Amino acid sequence: MNVHEQFAEDLALYALGALDDAERQKLEEHLEACASCRRELELLRGDLSLLALTTAGPKPPVRAQQRLISAIAAEPRLPVGAPAPERRQRSWWTASGWSALGWAVAVALVLVGIGLLWQNSTLHQNLASLRAQLADQGSKLEQANQTVATLLDPEAIKIELVAVGNKPQPRGKAIYQRRNRNLIFFASNLPPLPAEKIYELWLFPANGGAPIAAGLFKPDARGSATVVNPPLPEAVEAKNFAVTLEPESGSHESPRGTPVIVGVGE
Amino acid sequence: MPSAEPNAMTSDMALVTAIRSGDQGAMKALYDRYSSIVYSVALRVLQDTGAAEDVLQDIFMQFWRNPGAFDASRGNMAAWLAVIARNRAIDALRRRRPEDDIEDVAVSVEHDLVGEAERSRTMDKVRGALQAMPAAQRSVLEMAYFEGLSHSEIAGKTGEPLGTVKTRIRAGLLLLRKVLAA
Repeated sequence: MNVHEQFAEDLALYALGALDDAERQKLEEHLEACASCRRELELLRGDLSLLALTTAGPKPPVRAQQRLISAIAAEPRLPVGAPAPERRQRSWWTASGWSALGWAVAVALVLVGIGLLWQNSTLHQNLASLRAQLADQGSKLEQANQTVATLLDPEAIKIELVAVGNKPQPRGKAIYQRRNRNLIFFASNLPPLPAEKIYELWLFPANGGAPIAAGLFKPDARGSATVVNPPLPEAVEAKNFAVTLEPESGSHESPRGTPVIVGVGE
Repeated sequence: MPSAEPNAMTSDMALVTAIRSGDQGAMKALYDRYSSIVYSVALRVLQDTGAAEDVLQDIFMQFWRNPGAFDASRGNMAAWLAVIARNRAIDALRRRRPEDDIEDVAVSVEHDLVGEAERSRTMDKVRGALQAMPAAQRSVLEMAYFEGLSHSEIAGKTGEPLGTVKTRIRAGLLLLRKVLAA
């Protein structure tokens, strides 16, 4: 058995990750130099992938797709792999020499210079205008951040006002904007959670489709809670919202627990 | 600018090309096509739905960040994702950092796994080959593949000599290849 054959013996174990550290290191050194073993390793991984594919069956819960969609939306990418624009193109006249077009080019350069001075002045004006807009938007953003921070602050006091003499009832208010998938939900006077239970907000699509989980939450001591922009699929028209009481460790693929508050879309 | 809505007929490579252009719709289509494979493998290894979901998310996010990691000339998307899912799930099971980047994994499969029908036929053959194996050989192969045990750990667990474990693993894989080639 030559050296190559000895390593080939261990390739199956390597493909499985079943080699001990010292053996793995030795084989990796050999792999760097041996195209034949690299090819055999790819084939072994192919065989093993078939073993993995025999597990096919269970489908991931719907929330996993929503989680991924939200994550990739939060990481938009510019196109990659597109050819970069050529920074400088070789012009035909550089080969034929400067002298033939010298004067014409000089005049053109002077004109371009005048144009650039004028453009520079305009750009300065635009820059000042953009700075003013940026300052204005920064101020609006700051106000929005403060509003959201207040809504989400667990120490902020949330008090429901009701007609004098009425006993406060569990209530919820969902504000939903389909276009941007924005959802803000407030609840108040919710009963304290029993042990190992949690509240779950559900969106009922207008097309009669399955309810969509829109966030798990626990109310504060006063029974108040806020849910802001949970991950939701695109362009779902909402017909209704509801809150149910669910097991804390449940799969939350569809409402199974007791409805606590139910609303009607406006 | 996102392309037209991808459908079941859109090829994997067309989806990968669209994803390289930042097309989120193509990424969703790829997820719909292959999430079940990745999740099933991770669930088989980890036996925990939450942990399997984490592996699923991690793999597709890595692909979103680096779609060039898949080299169509060297493999098939279903097989490649299955191998990566298994490796990542084993890393999670053993609570260790991922050993390799997704782009480092080259997988070569000579069977047609592109359509569900083709995949299903090949899987029937593989399941048949596994059933035909002696129980001890199948068990060793599964311990190595789905539990991520090293050959010495398997030897310790089964009480068999190290050489026997190695031989069983290699013979099991060769048998699998032989059945598939038939």
